[in-house]
Amino acid sequence: TTTMMMNADLRRERAAATFQPELLTHILDGGAERTRRRKEIEALVINDPDFQHEDLNFLSRSQRYEQAIRKSSLMVMKLREYGIADPDEIYWFKSFVHRGRPEPLDLHLGMFLPTLLTQATPEQQDRFFMPAWNLEIIGTYAQTEMGHGTHLRGLETTATYDPATQEFILNSPTVTSIKWWPGGLGKTSNHAIVLAQLYTQGQCKGLHAFIVPIRQLGTHEPLPGITVGDIGPKFGYDEMDNGYLKMDNFRIPRENMLMKYAQVEPDGTYVKPLSDKLTYGTMVFIRSLIVGDSARSLSRACTIAIRYSAVRHQSELKPGEPEPQILDYQTQQYKLFPLLATAYAFHFVGAYIKDTYHRISGDIHKGDLSELPELHALTAGLKAFTSWTANAGIEECRMACGGHGYSRCSGIPDIYVTFTPSCTYEGENTVMMLQTARFLVKSYTQVSSGQQVTGMVSYLNDLSRQRIQPQHVAARSVAVRINDPVSLVEAYKARAARLVEAAAKNLQAELNHRKSKEDAWNRTSVDLVRASEAHCHYVIVKLFTAKLAEISNAAVRAVLTELCLLYALYGISKNTGDFLQAGILTDAQITQVNQRVKELLAIIRPNAVALVDSFDFHDVHLGSVLGRYDGNVYENMFEWAKKSPLNKTEVHESFHKHLKPMQSKL
Amino acid sequence: SVNPDLASERQTASFSVEKLTAWLDGGAERTQLRRAVVEAIERDPVFSRENQYFQSQNESYEAAVRKAVHLQKKMHEMGWTDDGPEFKYIYRALSGDLAFLLHRIFIRSISVLGSDKQIAKWIPLATQYQLIGSYAQTELGHGTYLQGLETTAVFDITTQEFVLNTPNISAMKWWPGDMGRSATHTVVFAQLYINGKCYGLHPFIVQIRSLQDHSLCPGITAGDIGPKMNFEHIDNGYLMLQNVRVPRENMLSKFCEVQPDGTYVRRGSQKINYFTMTTVRISLISDEVVIPLMKACTIAIRYSVVRRQSKLKPREQEAKILDYQTQQEKLLPQLAAAYAFYFISDYLQELFNRGYREIQRKNFDMLPELHAFSSGFKAMVTQYSTSAVQICLQACGGHGYSLLSGLPSLYTKIFASCIYEGENTILLLQTARFLIKCFMAASTGQSVPPSVTYLAAVTPEKCPAKNKLDFLSPDIYTEAYQHMAARLISSTAAKLQDLIQSGVKKHDAWNQCTVQLAQAAKAHCHYITVKNFAETVEKLETQPGIQKIMKHLCDLFALHGIFSNAGVFLHDGYISGAQMDMVTASYLDLLAVIRKDAVPLVDAFDFTDKTLNSALGSYDGQVYQRLYEWAQKSPTNKQMSPAYERYLKPLLHKTLSKL
Repeated sequence: TTTMMMNADLRRERAAATFQPELLTHILDGGAERTRRRKEIEALVINDPDFQHEDLNFLSRSQRYEQAIRKSSLMVMKLREYGIADPDEIYWFKSFVHRGRPEPLDLHLGMFLPTLLTQATPEQQDRFFMPAWNLEIIGTYAQTEMGHGTHLRGLETTATYDPATQEFILNSPTVTSIKWWPGGLGKTSNHAIVLAQLYTQGQCKGLHAFIVPIRQLGTHEPLPGITVGDIGPKFGYDEMDNGYLKMDNFRIPRENMLMKYAQVEPDGTYVKPLSDKLTYGTMVFIRSLIVGDSARSLSRACTIAIRYSAVRHQSELKPGEPEPQILDYQTQQYKLFPLLATAYAFHFVGAYIKDTYHRISGDIHKGDLSELPELHALTAGLKAFTSWTANAGIEECRMACGGHGYSRCSGIPDIYVTFTPSCTYEGENTVMMLQTARFLVKSYTQVSSGQQVTGMVSYLNDLSRQRIQPQHVAARSVAVRINDPVSLVEAYKARAARLVEAAAKNLQAELNHRKSKEDAWNRTSVDLVRASEAHCHYVIVKLFTAKLAEISNAAVRAVLTELCLLYALYGISKNTGDFLQAGILTDAQITQVNQRVKELLAIIRPNAVALVDSFDFHDVHLGSVLGRYDGNVYENMFEWAKKSPLNKTEVHESFHKHLKPMQSKL
Repeated sequence: SVNPDLASERQTASFSVEKLTAWLDGGAERTQLRRAVVEAIERDPVFSRENQYFQSQNESYEAAVRKAVHLQKKMHEMGWTDDGPEFKYIYRALSGDLAFLLHRIFIRSISVLGSDKQIAKWIPLATQYQLIGSYAQTELGHGTYLQGLETTAVFDITTQEFVLNTPNISAMKWWPGDMGRSATHTVVFAQLYINGKCYGLHPFIVQIRSLQDHSLCPGITAGDIGPKMNFEHIDNGYLMLQNVRVPRENMLSKFCEVQPDGTYVRRGSQKINYFTMTTVRISLISDEVVIPLMKACTIAIRYSVVRRQSKLKPREQEAKILDYQTQQEKLLPQLAAAYAFYFISDYLQELFNRGYREIQRKNFDMLPELHAFSSGFKAMVTQYSTSAVQICLQACGGHGYSLLSGLPSLYTKIFASCIYEGENTILLLQTARFLIKCFMAASTGQSVPPSVTYLAAVTPEKCPAKNKLDFLSPDIYTEAYQHMAARLISSTAAKLQDLIQSGVKKHDAWNQCTVQLAQAAKAHCHYITVKNFAETVEKLETQPGIQKIMKHLCDLFALHGIFSNAGVFLHDGYISGAQMDMVTASYLDLLAVIRKDAVPLVDAFDFTDKTLNSALGSYDGQVYQRLYEWAQKSPTNKQMSPAYERYLKPLLHKTLSKL
């Protein structure tokens, strides 16, 4: 049985937990019923022989791509066969099939089809949607160019309207304008939605989207005028054929411009779109997914590192005693437990944004956009904050696994290389932080001019009241109680207020110094990013704390409260400068905070394994020999290594080719 | 032709790049020699790294073996020797992508641990590649903590042999380089047993593969440990021993010997063993850490003046991304760190040379200090540089993620340095142990090594800086670092004592303070790095042009450290809140100053394009052209996609009816 097979250390750890991991799993899933359904879908995929294959670590890039394409096509069929249509359920299914990795149809399913739905006219939908739904057309979304990313107005691809033939002529005028990075473009797609600068009647009308066929249906050969290929090896994303696309006087019919909003009439007359703030909504949605993804990726890395640290024994703590589990070392706990707390914090934040988005998306459809700017600004910052933190955290987990973490069998390298691009895509993180800062500064200016602001930034309202006394905002002391999460939220609030005010004042000072608006902004941007970070940090502590009140089971609430405290206090101990400088905490309190962090490590220690078990990652999904549920690490590392490509023959061919000749020569 | 955006950066350099390069190399003749070696290597097609990013694990291993074999020939031709001045440059030119590096450790361990007779027997065989060696210490279940190793070597008097065994799976040797596929011999570390008594860890020479057909010897199970994040060219291996017998003479016996009758004899001091580790750690700082960091800075900074994105001023061209303050704040501190660590590596090398001379005179007094230094700096520099390279990678946005940028492989390689040759946390704690000991000694008036006399020095309670310019004074910031390091060490020592006095057992007290201890050790190394940088700048008075820019970099390195660790400087009020605002202001001002010389400062590292092997970082800045050309060479573009016929075509056609 499983228990008999289980590594004794892990068995002991699980027996000693003070709460039931399933209950916490339900909370993370959003209810027991959803856990049940998730596991049902998981079993459907994991027990399906069609989705089995060799360990991806032993496959070449080309083979990994091939496996992914094979699984993707089966996935599309089976989803329809099983009638799975709920977005969350599709997400689970896909994530189990591809084990959390990207796949070549991601852009087709996630961008091409939805863009057709939202931006195509009914006539265009007739022509393209069903063929695309049936995968006769496989499409991608080609926006980014080699020389241009986040700044969309800089894109160079042109689409020039020719009224004589009623066609658009697409061109990539420079090397920098070559479309670069779109997933599925390199080898998979036969169509692309291309973003290009529209020229008609001699005028540039800005960026518009065009449906461009790129490969011959039937032979899959590139069409004349199209140069398309794979952009080569990357850090990760081996399964994905990120591609390039160069167009030389490539003509498409007028009807291939997506014309639900803007239009070009047959004679070349341009019809402007109605205002289009709706795209905000899509961005909020996608970025909220990244927050959730930060939580999941960090959770996976924590699961691996914490289970392995309970199995691994090393060195001695007490003279003469057997080597202890490395999880008993304070330094190891200090590396891992704050990350565990962070993973939980991000789960709750991700869920909050998603819920909020769904709550107000009804309002959006009714045309009420009032809550959107704040949510948009907040999501930008949280996307950056959580992805940066998770990115560093995954590496910390890998480091905590010592040498074995570096082996691909640990699974952490793959988690890292798959996750790390989220710091760049859907908005480069620094740019995101500065977007949030723009909103913060705007809110601060409103408050300064006597208006009230609402929502997560309402703490800025307090600043005006403070200004009666001619002192630094934060010099007013918040009586912080370091064992009370609610009080810590206040401390974070004070820090955010102080940094927002400092950044806004520095910006004003630069402006007073003859600087242009852009220059002043640039010269303040380091301060502005810090202000955004402090704001996001506050929001996360606040949301985590608020979550505690919703937990009904006392044992679960107790352990989450410990994690919440650790999250908040660790954050203070890593940013003591901000809290000291603003006078929010005294030297003595900082010493207490540091001490309390270490006490919490010891308090959380007995529940550490149960806390990662609660994330409930199936071994197949986790993809880690070190993080196996049963903890039989070493036996399975050996089994895994024996399958390595270098071990395919006992004597490697290099011996005959190089070693032997050298030995006989010297 | 050089991209004009890059060319313009070079025209405004405030100093002579060539002079800085020569100074970094240690003289113009050195530069000349380096360039000659690099050129000779790069001209030889066998050493080409052109396809590096497209290779499978098998192919990169084969290439590494091919290069290593060819290098023997080349060295012979060129008259280069393993211990000559050229070797460092060869290694640099090849970026270390070479097999048989553990073979060198095999040779070194025999030279250090072997008797004269053993040296005479094995070294010629090894240097002539009649055998290929490896060094098998780490086990599947055991790493840094050597006493925990489980492999056994039992002396059998009747046959005068040692019988080696891997008693269980966690005892399997795991990780040694060159062992998975190449090695015929290895030095195995095992617990020695004579007549049932354990004598601890000893090294044994064990043959693992046939010298005729390379098949595994009886009782040996060995192979490759499988794919890793990098070092795919190295066949890190596993080794299991089942009743493998080696003659009594195969135990390396410079310090200990088992006599024919089973008598165990110990002779000489084993302290020298420490010294080997020290050497390795110090040389890895320069070869495996500082050079990759310099490369990453070169790539990221050159790319950041070629890449344009968004506008700083309306109606102007999109701005170079290096003109954004946030980009400067990411990259320039890493550049300053690259210089800081280059200098600290020189400093350590010098300290080491001094220690070596003493040891030859049988004076071992410097050993503890050397050991503490090599541990602490190895940990601090590898950790700092790893995150620095990661910052460079991320600062290149999407294109940094392409292997063709060269950054992912630099990152994954430097990352490994945090673990090998001693896990960083453990090393920091070793340094901390030394510091605590010295602090105790110093506070009772005993003499301590010169590097730690500051622990007993009396410093002012408050930082005397009055305005932001004061923070550009090396005295001011060096003293702040000194104060901070001394405070962290003394407060940790006090905490330890309190715990012990309150009845906590010594080892428990130690474990309860380890987070603080590691922080204190890092602070000490940070302080020494700042101090050494400032002293290096001071010595540059004959070269004012270079001195000026180095002074800026030194200031930046120091202020960046205060800015990003504000809390520890504010904690006891040594630096006040108002002073911290001055630090920030000076720090941000410096970014704009160094920005102007950023490209010349990386040009001075003098990496050839082939050494960088980066589509983003080449000297001419033709980034996009190169990225496009290199991508087309990818195997995914050369072959018809196998997935099309097999999966895509049916997907696009036949299966449609099913959907």
